[in-house]
Amino acid sequence: MYSRALTWWTILRIALAERLVYRGDFALGTLMRFLPIITQIFLWFAVFQARGNEQLAGYSYRDFVAYYLLTMIARAFSSMPGLASGIAGQIRSGEIKKFLIQPIDLLGFLLLGRIAHKLAYYAVAALPFALVFFLCRDFFPGWPSATNLAAGILSLILCFLLGYYLEACMGLVGFWWLEVSSLLFVYMLFSFFLSGHMFPLDMLPEPWKTLVMLTPLPYLAYFPSAVLLGKMQGGELVFGLLAEAGWVVFFIVLSRVVFHYGTRRYSAYGG
Amino acid sequence: MPNHASYLSVFLTFARNSLVRDMTFRINFLIECASSVTWTAMNLGFYLLIFQHTDEIGADTGWGKWEFFAFLATTMLVNSLVQAFFMPNCEDVSELIRTGGLDFALLKPIDTQFLISLEKIDWSSLANFAAGLVLLVVSLVRMTARPESPLVLTPTTVALYVFYVLCGVAILYSLMISLSATSIWLGQNRSLYDFWFYITNFSRYPMEIYDGRWGRPLRWAFTYLIPVLIVVNVPAQIIARPIAPGGSSVWPLAIFALLATAGSLAASRWVFQTALRNYRSASS
Repeated sequence: MYSRALTWWTILRIALAERLVYRGDFALGTLMRFLPIITQIFLWFAVFQARGNEQLAGYSYRDFVAYYLLTMIARAFSSMPGLASGIAGQIRSGEIKKFLIQPIDLLGFLLLGRIAHKLAYYAVAALPFALVFFLCRDFFPGWPSATNLAAGILSLILCFLLGYYLEACMGLVGFWWLEVSSLLFVYMLFSFFLSGHMFPLDMLPEPWKTLVMLTPLPYLAYFPSAVLLGKMQGGELVFGLLAEAGWVVFFIVLSRVVFHYGTRRYSAYGG
Repeated sequence: MPNHASYLSVFLTFARNSLVRDMTFRINFLIECASSVTWTAMNLGFYLLIFQHTDEIGADTGWGKWEFFAFLATTMLVNSLVQAFFMPNCEDVSELIRTGGLDFALLKPIDTQFLISLEKIDWSSLANFAAGLVLLVVSLVRMTARPESPLVLTPTTVALYVFYVLCGVAILYSLMISLSATSIWLGQNRSLYDFWFYITNFSRYPMEIYDGRWGRPLRWAFTYLIPVLIVVNVPAQIIARPIAPGGSSVWPLAIFALLATAGSLAASRWVFQTALRNYRSASS
């Protein structure tokens, strides 16, 4: 037990050191990532002016700006750049063999790598994030209530796990397809629009909103942001958290099943 | 003394070679076309959603639903042309410099900027050009057919529109080649390339939305210092909204756009040649 924990700790430390090599570039890149939001803010300002500053789908102009900034946090938890394509690439190149013959679990190893990546990312990105949120503090309706803050943090942790296992499942499809880039493109397309980081999903007309909420996508950006913004209260909040946790469990189980059958199918390509 | 006819035939050879390459992997080509059009369609869906909640982008700007869709179509036309002709080449410049491949371009008896700007053509990007044309025609038909204040199109407007779309392409090309040329000094320019995306992001909306304490300076800077706001706004205003509801006309800006295009082209030529003079070959 102890030696096992030691192994995982070592893996985490290696991954952490790897991620902190280019910290300056990292911090600058994070600040730059806020730039596209500027045009979005102007766009919504113009839309609200045309509406005579009337609320839109229950959001005021300030709520919109706050919502966009909060989705940046949610995306910082749920986005997994290169995870699925990396897994598929390892299957194709045969590199995955090392996980099949060594007593290391592939999904656990990559999860620790991602945790280390995210920890390093937050350590460096906290400053630019704090700066932007401080400059934009007037757009927020104030700190969320203690319940919403706790629920928001929980939903962020769940959205990290959801993002990880969802993408891992797609990468594992590589056991059957070898090349998953077209699948990833379709996923990216839908998640870009339906995870809510382009617009709050409350804007969607029925029955589309209900349909979209039945998919796991809203929990990657919309749900944590709405919770932190105080748009989710009471029963809706509890139901949302349960649904999010349900999706996490679903994708953990699915990834294990896919991995099990995938390795049965696997015939070592490459040297 | 360069022979202009040979430039044309060299360009046609480039175009043919790229087409042959694209047609070798036909299914891949079709998938690329389909995916870029789907991406655009999703974007269109986003703006349709916005127009479910508002009649206009900005109060009294005249950018109603169909005017804005004509604007969006113009963005698609300009961007697809840039992506088809210049993007694949400018992306490669920093690689050419890093590997020393630029030596081979310098040795050819043809203008270097011409050679490295147009060598590859990404034909699949033109799928978005077709999609943009469809959207433009639909929006213009809607605007000319509506009962109140219908849009009047004349051959002159259409000709000017085409001309200013090409001016927009020229401005974006100048910006792109200048940024790639800086990689001669820097050795690499990946973050500058991100910078290009962030800058052109500003060109995708009507300039009227940049208003207020923060918006005005932004609008000024992106019109007069780095003229990316002109790229789409001038042709789109000419075809869809020649006179703003406030009464101001597009023509002063259109005249400035001529200067901006000529200026950008000249400046990028200067940047490129100055950078080239600092090129130290990396090859063996």
